[in-house]
Amino acid sequence: MSVASARRRQSLTRFWKDFSRQRAGVVGLVILVVAALLAVVAPLFIDQSVTGVVNAPGKPMQPPSLEFPFGTDESGRSILLMVWWGSRTSLLIGFLAALVSMLIGTVLGIAAGHFRGWVSAVILRVTDWFLVLPSLVTALVLAAIMGGSTFTIIMAIGVTTWPTTARLIRAQTLAVEARPYIERSKALGAGHWHVTTRHVLPNVAPLLLASTTLEVASAIVTESTLAFLGVSANKTSWGTMLRGSYDWGAATAGAWWYILIPGLCIVAVVMAFTLCGRALEAVLNPRLRKAGA
Amino acid sequence: MTAPLEAVEPAASQAAGPAEDHRPARHGILRYALSKAGGALFSIAMVIIGTFFLFRLLPGDPVRALAQGRNMTPEQLDMERRRLGLDEPLINQFLNFLGDTLRFDLGMSYEYKRPVLDLIGDRIGATLLLAGVGLAVAVSLGIWQGMRAGWRHGSRFDRFSTGTSLVLWSVPTFWLGLLLLLVFGAYLKIFPSRGIQSVDAPDGFGYVLDVAHHMVLPVITLVGVVYAQYLLVMRSSLLDEVGQDYITTARAKGLRDDDVRRRHAVPNALLPTVTLVFMRVGFVVGGAVTVETIFSWPGLGQLFYEAVRVPDFTLMQGTFMLITVAVIIMNTLADVIYHILDPRVRSA
Repeated sequence: MSVASARRRQSLTRFWKDFSRQRAGVVGLVILVVAALLAVVAPLFIDQSVTGVVNAPGKPMQPPSLEFPFGTDESGRSILLMVWWGSRTSLLIGFLAALVSMLIGTVLGIAAGHFRGWVSAVILRVTDWFLVLPSLVTALVLAAIMGGSTFTIIMAIGVTTWPTTARLIRAQTLAVEARPYIERSKALGAGHWHVTTRHVLPNVAPLLLASTTLEVASAIVTESTLAFLGVSANKTSWGTMLRGSYDWGAATAGAWWYILIPGLCIVAVVMAFTLCGRALEAVLNPRLRKAGA
Repeated sequence: MTAPLEAVEPAASQAAGPAEDHRPARHGILRYALSKAGGALFSIAMVIIGTFFLFRLLPGDPVRALAQGRNMTPEQLDMERRRLGLDEPLINQFLNFLGDTLRFDLGMSYEYKRPVLDLIGDRIGATLLLAGVGLAVAVSLGIWQGMRAGWRHGSRFDRFSTGTSLVLWSVPTFWLGLLLLLVFGAYLKIFPSRGIQSVDAPDGFGYVLDVAHHMVLPVITLVGVVYAQYLLVMRSSLLDEVGQDYITTARAKGLRDDDVRRRHAVPNALLPTVTLVFMRVGFVVGGAVTVETIFSWPGLGQLFYEAVRVPDFTLMQGTFMLITVAVIIMNTLADVIYHILDPRVRSA
């Protein structure tokens, strides 16, 4: 074992010890793992047919019962199974959109921090421009123009949310590059690629992890909002279910189970991501640790 | 609804943003404002150009979209293309679009058969009313609660406030609206759940009361979602002030706790929160679109939503540009106001 990998393992252990001290973060992590596992194993138990309107098992808008623990929707489909199947779309879009946003943000953020002169100026200008665009409105326009496929929704969310990551990463890159060992590395002949991938990237990675975790939470909310506003194609997700509840007047009809269950799923998962992200931040950012926030 | 991470620490991002990039030390306030205004004009130009290409180059033919669900022969489609100037070269289309937009001619809505600008004019009042009242309530509530929570850091009130705002932060705007619809639409029928006025609305003061009555649920929804971030920012910036030397000095002078808070700590802590109100205006706009949709509030957000649903591209394009330009102007104002209010940035 090389020295570097031993040191890495050691710091990982320390990181885990710090993280496990954040009670809320651990709770969030547990919820996340459970939710992700449920979504992954769903095809072993149920399939696409639970979302079919033909041959739906129950009568429309039945309140919760033994047969349908969370009641049924307007076509008699089981809310429980729909929520379970829909979690796949919601989580997938949340993860991938955050990934897209993180990729764009990281590349542009490191570039803006590493290069000087006009490259940095242009990237900053573009970032600032994207930062002021009202993101939900822009995502709605993008999804409406390109059609609401899963891919489009992921891109629409990713393209409108990367600027915060880019700014964060740029600030961190500037801080890292001010350290003397970067200068030493350059003196030894390191090029742009070496400096950014071997020195800057590993240093911004922890911060990136925290910010991506929070980003997933916000992407899930945005996905559900886009689906609720009807620009998403008809793939079952928590957002499209809530759209259905609105279209069929579940609120005024008092069908509380139809509104409560998908919404609680969103809130639980989003809160879990937020708690995790905040715990990560608290572990990684000494300033926050001191304030106890 | 979840706001980006940066919202938690606007003070830091602010200080790192304009101050560092533009070196205001050498400029006066006016020069600074002018350079910011120039930047805003550039951004607005980018929005107009970006909008044109976004709506022309992306897949999807506007005429075909318009013909969706309607019986139209290829000849009729061609005629429609000519009428809209879509048969001209792209550069001519662009120049026409630019000229029209600069003359505030946003085109005709396919769906309403009326100029987009007129439609916007009809709807903008309702949105300003809703967003204005919502913001006023959210800001005052957020600042008040954040102030109390931050001053008694770690108290039960603080934990309660942080907990509530964390939950509210995770709640999607539209779901909060649906819950209110459920509670007040199905069970407690004390507030109307749709529209801005009753069919038989009385005149004069009665009318004002009627509108206010209709506003209750939309405003609660908007406030519930946006106020959490004001609370958290106010709390954390007050926490930053509490440890400062000048607070210790104020206490050493024998000032009462209340005076230290009101006259020393809060005015300094207010700054990031005030800026945040302007900086996050785009976030409020997104909230307004959702809230107006759920409660059928006849505002700009609902108009935009309808344009997206139809889809009515001219209307979508017009409302999108208007909303974006408004947000850019508000953000620029925030920058300049921050600069005027904060002597640290001014003399930095």
